[in-house]
Amino acid sequence: MDGTLGLLGGGGGGGSSGASTNESTVSKVEVVEQDFVGMSSEASSYPAEAELELGLGLSLGGGGVKAKPCTWGERGRILTAKDFPSVVSHGSSVPSRFTDRATAASVGPVSGTKRAADSVSQEGGSPTGVSQVVGWPPIRAYRMNSLVNQAKSQRAEEDKSRDASKKKIYSKTDPAAKEKCHLGFVKVNMDGVPIGRKVDLNAHSCYETLAQMLEDMFFRSTTAVSSIGSSGEKEQSQKASGYKLLDGSSEFVLTYEDKEGDWMLVGDVPWGMFLTSVKRLRIMRTSEANGLGPRFQERNDRQRCKPI
Amino acid sequence: MDPKRKKDCHDSGESTRVASTFPDEVLERVLALVKSHKDRSSVSLVCKDWYDAERWSRTHVFIGNCYSVSPEIVVRRFPNVRSVTLKGKPRFSDFNLVPPNWGADIRCWLVVFAAKYRCLEELRLKRMTVSDESLEFLALSFPNFKALLLHSCDGFSTDGLAAIATHCKNLTELNIQENDIYDKSGCWLSCFPENFTSLEVLNFAYLNNDVNFEALERLVSRCKSLNVLKVNKNITLEQLQRLLICAPKLTELGTGSFLPELTDRQYSELKRSFSICSNLNVLSGLSEATALYLPALYPACTNLTFLNLSDAALQSEEFAKLLVHCPRLRRLWVLDTVEDKGLEAVGSNCPLLEELRVFPSDPYEEGIVHGVTESGFIAVSYGCRRLHYVLYFCRQMTNAAVETIVQNCPDFTHFRLCIMTPCQPDYRTNEPMDKAFCAVVKTCTKLRRLAVSGLLTDMTFEYIGKYAKNLETLSVAFAGSSDWGMQCVLGGCRKLRKLEIRDCPFGNAALLSGFEKYESMRSLWMSDCKVTMNGCRFLAKEMPRLNVEVMKEDGSDDSQADKVYVYRSVAGPRRDAPPFVLTL
Repeated sequence: MDGTLGLLGGGGGGGSSGASTNESTVSKVEVVEQDFVGMSSEASSYPAEAELELGLGLSLGGGGVKAKPCTWGERGRILTAKDFPSVVSHGSSVPSRFTDRATAASVGPVSGTKRAADSVSQEGGSPTGVSQVVGWPPIRAYRMNSLVNQAKSQRAEEDKSRDASKKKIYSKTDPAAKEKCHLGFVKVNMDGVPIGRKVDLNAHSCYETLAQMLEDMFFRSTTAVSSIGSSGEKEQSQKASGYKLLDGSSEFVLTYEDKEGDWMLVGDVPWGMFLTSVKRLRIMRTSEANGLGPRFQERNDRQRCKPI
Repeated sequence: MDPKRKKDCHDSGESTRVASTFPDEVLERVLALVKSHKDRSSVSLVCKDWYDAERWSRTHVFIGNCYSVSPEIVVRRFPNVRSVTLKGKPRFSDFNLVPPNWGADIRCWLVVFAAKYRCLEELRLKRMTVSDESLEFLALSFPNFKALLLHSCDGFSTDGLAAIATHCKNLTELNIQENDIYDKSGCWLSCFPENFTSLEVLNFAYLNNDVNFEALERLVSRCKSLNVLKVNKNITLEQLQRLLICAPKLTELGTGSFLPELTDRQYSELKRSFSICSNLNVLSGLSEATALYLPALYPACTNLTFLNLSDAALQSEEFAKLLVHCPRLRRLWVLDTVEDKGLEAVGSNCPLLEELRVFPSDPYEEGIVHGVTESGFIAVSYGCRRLHYVLYFCRQMTNAAVETIVQNCPDFTHFRLCIMTPCQPDYRTNEPMDKAFCAVVKTCTKLRRLAVSGLLTDMTFEYIGKYAKNLETLSVAFAGSSDWGMQCVLGGCRKLRKLEIRDCPFGNAALLSGFEKYESMRSLWMSDCKVTMNGCRFLAKEMPRLNVEVMKEDGSDDSQADKVYVYRSVAGPRRDAPPFVLTL
């Protein structure tokens, strides 16, 4: 046994890749693997697999067409270990296996990437292949979180077909806009959510679309909160749909801080006037919004932690 | 007060010293100047005397895998350590491939250090689990504690930071870098006492909550030695301008939000503040920066050597204009929003560039995506001949492009190419990307780190094994055709230290072909390959000095070893392994 293993180890040692070495290594592998149940036939199936893989690869290429977002099925599947014919059959198809993994986030606190994969596949449109694989592309969770947040507010903007030109993916204000109205992006914070977001007010032309987008952002999608669950972080229970921020019927109400520092209910003034005076938004609990009116002056200092 | 060796007392009286033997005191003095831990390892192997001299004079210990050694062994060998760097989880944990609660807890290390390294000054941790209790314990146990760096760690909240701020009277560095931190509030910053003035490095760019700005401003004003300041996105431009006035000597600055929200007067003040910052070498942050305000930075960019724009989604025009003012740039990190045109500007303006990282702004293709292509990379290679480190995320690549690139820049030491769709071939020829990586390893003889992507057959790995003689780290995903590929790498890459593989058709034959090699490596990671439990058990049995750990996934076949982590260790199997980690 030792002798065989020694030769096995040394088989590739010289770095030579001659065919004879290959064969002798393979044959020794088979000798060793006889001891293990179900393994001996794996080695012999490789040459056929190599051809199979190349065949699949070529047909996937798509003749130089630039990669466009498309369904995973069109693109072909990722060739994983489980695709190759082997003695031990795994049964499950590739996509479902990956999706299982992506949703099996019950192991505990989950960082952004998994949730991003979840939320992406839940949003409208077909999920792209890349998003179905856990941990691919290999981008650190922190970066993924911030990209997901940016991408969501960007996409809401694009859906309004504001500017289809490629240059304006992260469209910023042009110099003219700077004087005219308040700059596009304002911060939005919601009570009970540690991480705020930003919305581009220029992407909206009325209160309804703004409210709709905020509802999508805070109530429907999983917020990419980077948190450790050990200290019992507050559960966001607002997963139900149908929250209306503007009509006072829900648990939350949308408010904004104007240029003078006053907090007002959103919706009281004409949209254009709102745009010129809004500094930031807050989704406040209705219970705390008592007394908030168009001209009510109260500096609400609980919108975020103000330590002394 | 360094504990002295017993030997010293005897030596001073002896005169029977061989003429060629160096007096120990001199040897230790000389060795104290040897900083590189690789050199120190070599020194310690020369002879017993040198081993002793080296261990007594070592003040900094670097442990690349916290489970390769135990804290007791470390303190026994190195009694005078003041600075420790520890790395924990396998690198693929960054991409969620390692379940939470895997381990790498700093606690047991701190307990031992508190007993033996009372003078500990620096602790730098990467991918470790650190609890708030551990941070408090750290803050209270080491009166001389100076520098804390936490990178990609998890398990703590801002409460732990508050403990550090409150108790570490001599703190010079607090560097909180991209961690999975429970960010409860920004109150921690206010915990620095009013008489605390020693801070030199403060990085909280990756925290999300507001800190009390007045407290921050006071802190920055009274810490006269502060030279690195990286604030988070909640700090506005107006606030940043006030901070710059307090700290004009900064060498590294991470701005908060660069959202253009200032009046004209405020903008002029901002420009003036930046023009005073003539010492800046490193600039980062700039989130939401636009063409409008970037010109304020121009005067501060003259001496920039490292520009990190990976949080700023710049377009090519404003990016190009900014680069004109950064002639001394050596390291550049950008988002692919700058596109190929932006990279052409890099090639034209940054002849001294050595490192380039291009990150994807939209990895899941949710918008209209362009990003960068092979042309941008080629353009950089023509203009920046000193380029030796690249990390490049793209959606298309050709073999010919890579061949051109390495011809222009043959000095690559780190080549990490990520073609974002797995198994994607050369988009022009439809061939596998084998030729590209063959060119890389053949041409770049100094290559130490390689990450491959795209459609790859065993040929790539044959070439890697044959030519990449200096390769130390290899990352492989969705590549290869058979065991032969991995066998070539294990057989040919003499200096290989870290091998991480996911979703490749490598099985037991491949795993076992390297079983002798693993003792000379730091670690091997294989996930979703074709390795079975029996293969792993065999490896574990044959190589008792290796830890062979397997993590299985829900619903997978009993015989499959879904995730395998193999590493050498003098500490034996882990005693703190959670139930889902099977040590074979």
